[in-house]
Amino acid sequence: MAECPVCGAEVSLEGDAEVGEIIACDDCGSELEVTGKDSLQEAPQEEEDWGE
Amino acid sequence: MKVGFLHSIIRKEEKLLLEEFRNREGIELIKIDDRQQFFDLHKNDFDIDVIIERCVNHSRALHSMKIFSDHGIPTINNPEVAETCGSKFLTTQALIKAGVKTPRCFLAYTPESALEAMEHLGYPCVIKPTTGSWGRLISKVNDRDAAEAILEHKQILGSYHHSIFYIQEYLEKKGRDIRSFVVGNDCIAAIYRHSEHWITNTARGATASNCPVTQELHDISVQAAMACGGGVVAVDVFETDEGYSINEVNYTMEFRNSIDVTGVNIPEKIVDFVLKEGRQ
Repeated sequence: MAECPVCGAEVSLEGDAEVGEIIACDDCGSELEVTGKDSLQEAPQEEEDWGE
Repeated sequence: MKVGFLHSIIRKEEKLLLEEFRNREGIELIKIDDRQQFFDLHKNDFDIDVIIERCVNHSRALHSMKIFSDHGIPTINNPEVAETCGSKFLTTQALIKAGVKTPRCFLAYTPESALEAMEHLGYPCVIKPTTGSWGRLISKVNDRDAAEAILEHKQILGSYHHSIFYIQEYLEKKGRDIRSFVVGNDCIAAIYRHSEHWITNTARGATASNCPVTQELHDISVQAAMACGGGVVAVDVFETDEGYSINEVNYTMEFRNSIDVTGVNIPEKIVDFVLKEGRQ
């Protein structure tokens, strides 16, 4: 179980969660990035050269 | 075979590709996070047979692939494809040079000459940053008043990139355009992108449905891909009364909304291509 760095809610990570994966907090809706087995950080903000 | 997976954030597409690679036998997958990587430009620190690029930043993708490629490591896509597809100007140039139909387009360097170009082209027209994606900062210019306002905003508020004015003919899409997926010499699938809005990117809320790949669509998609250097690309196609017209070609393609509606396992096709390139 990880903690949402924005609202503090507990976030359950799937077994196949990938480091770098972007998920959403069910409580506050924030986009979060998986940084480890039980750790999260706020997802990076979109930059001007992001895309396809 | 050692496959380098160059990435930053892991989105649905990257997860599907990672899963597909891990399901293959004899593959050692090496994840390379561009945010944590630095490169010694004088030597190859990588024991890798092939790189698949899945960066979300165009600039990082372009630089990284150039480094890998110059060390003799094949990259999917190659840096020349990234350079061409990463610039709407270079893409248009490549399409024109190859004789692939594309909307009429002008380039100008000052607000005054850009306004003159728009008056010459007629309204509505579209002005876009030469680098950018997901429909970001593209503007449909309906009249001279709007043109003057947008050009003034770009001049005062825009970064260096906005000092190049890329002006494109506006084509009425009638609520949809086509996104086709090319892998090597094959157009493997296509979707219609439906939207009430003139911007039809799925990243901006357009919905996807299957688009049958006719011979005509297949051929122009592959021609557009080859004009930009080939590889694994997604082609944005307009339907016009005179046939298809190619808007853009994307080199780090997104396909999350296209697997179910087309029934084509897109990540499987991409991985097949990467492994084939790695074996050569």
